[in-house]
Amino acid sequence: MSKILEELLYSESHEWVKVDGNIAIIGVSDFAQEEMGDITYVDVPSEGDSVAKGEDFGALESVKASSELYAPVSGEVVAVNEELEDKPELINEDPYGAWIIKVNMSDASELDSLLSAAAYAEVAK
Amino acid sequence: MGNFAYFPHTEDDIRVMLDRIGVRSLDDLYSDVPADFIYNKEYDLPDALSEQEVRNFFEELGKKNVQLKVFAGQGAYDHYVPAVIPYITSRSEFLTAYTPYQCEISQGTLRYIFEWQSMICRLTGMDVANASMYDGPSAAAEALRMAVSCTRKRNKVVVSTKLMQNVLDVVKSYLKYPDVEVVYAWDVLEELGPDVAGVIVPSICRHGIIQDLSGVADAVHAAGALLIEYCDPSALAVLKTPAEWGADIAVGDGQSLGIPLCYGGPYVGFLACKSEYMRKLPGRIVGQASDKDGKRCFVLTLQAREQHIRREKATSNICSNQSLMALWVTVYLSLMGPEGLRKVNELSFAGAHYLYDELLKTGCFEEAFPGRPFLKEFCLKPLVPVDVLQQKLLDAGFFGALELDGYVTFCVTERRSKAEIDALVAVIKEIAL
Repeated sequence: MSKILEELLYSESHEWVKVDGNIAIIGVSDFAQEEMGDITYVDVPSEGDSVAKGEDFGALESVKASSELYAPVSGEVVAVNEELEDKPELINEDPYGAWIIKVNMSDASELDSLLSAAAYAEVAK
Repeated sequence: MGNFAYFPHTEDDIRVMLDRIGVRSLDDLYSDVPADFIYNKEYDLPDALSEQEVRNFFEELGKKNVQLKVFAGQGAYDHYVPAVIPYITSRSEFLTAYTPYQCEISQGTLRYIFEWQSMICRLTGMDVANASMYDGPSAAAEALRMAVSCTRKRNKVVVSTKLMQNVLDVVKSYLKYPDVEVVYAWDVLEELGPDVAGVIVPSICRHGIIQDLSGVADAVHAAGALLIEYCDPSALAVLKTPAEWGADIAVGDGQSLGIPLCYGGPYVGFLACKSEYMRKLPGRIVGQASDKDGKRCFVLTLQAREQHIRREKATSNICSNQSLMALWVTVYLSLMGPEGLRKVNELSFAGAHYLYDELLKTGCFEEAFPGRPFLKEFCLKPLVPVDVLQQKLLDAGFFGALELDGYVTFCVTERRSKAEIDALVAVIKEIAL
């Protein structure tokens, strides 16, 4: 059984969101990294790019697959985890510590449509 | 059915198969095709020929071929082809160029692709090369698409009209449907702007002039775009490399590396780039790895860029490559080495400059670009009717004096002897009289 943190919100496409004021910190769930296998590359947007809820903002590559990353909320990318460029395996080692991007949300009400930990547990089976 | 000895199925075989699936005749297999679309008339075809008759037919046709001495270039060059190349490349181990997904049984194929990539990197100075492209012009178009995907939110590319016509034509048709705006300009730097993703320039222009690209890379990079250089890989043995000019992507046609002229192909393209852009490189890439015993081995790598994994998000729909021709070039380069390739250029340069001077002496031409440096190909301004000139040359067994932008172009490779050059000049002198 993969780990799901109580205090986070989740999308059905397996991204997690940690809310810090108007900033959404985004990563992928433990379930996602387990499904992907050893991650070899993280394709991320640049700071200043805008992302739209439901649209892809990057991709994860693992030894066995490539998978799009979908934005759980809309807004402007204010930070990118540059450590992942050289150490993509951090996502495998600590999926909830290895955030991918931080987004300044343009519509915080979009958070309402995300899943709670309990609801996500039903998806990540 | 007639007597087709090489058809694998006999009428009895076909009968058994039809009975097994419960169909009466071969035509019944097409019962789903609407009747309107079925051609019911007799085909107007000539009678079948026997093997001997086919042989006679093609021998007669072949006799119409005329072997001309080539003094033309424009993207395809009559360089010498060492006789051993076809023997090595037609070894049975190399007979399939199909994508070597299964590395356990494909080490030979993977190895030569790796060598090809390494040689292309040596010639261009780039960090990474793919397993090959169809030809130079399609590689140029793929490089422009690559520039768009490397630079987010920019979808305009600037194409130098100094490129050869075949490159311009292919780029135009290749980029007609993707969402890329193409601007053509003689001076590409005048078109730079915030929406420009990439700029492509030749290292030798369509008029044969070796380009001075000083400052071009800096200007292109300052505008946030990528610089693509289209080059003749043979000439890179003696010219500044794309990396030395500061280019991000290098493309070109491998034909000049020992592939014979044959009605336009098959040739092979190359596409190489700096390592920071390798994830946007289209096509196959072979990488070096180690097997479980720690021995050096080769595998396809970075496949997540490709359409069989990435589907519609792939960097390109190129999934094939010109592997047999890449093998040909790899064998050629192995035989020539840096010294041999340098010699090819020195001989071509000497022959071309000798012809240039001799042609001016005939009085039939004026200089088109006085003082501009050229390698093996050049333009002159004709003072005699071009059609007369071309016909005279053809009648005497020469192919040259191609018309281009109001000039005529000539090209000399190391295959052309001084006697052949003198013979061509003598023919032209007759026109002047």
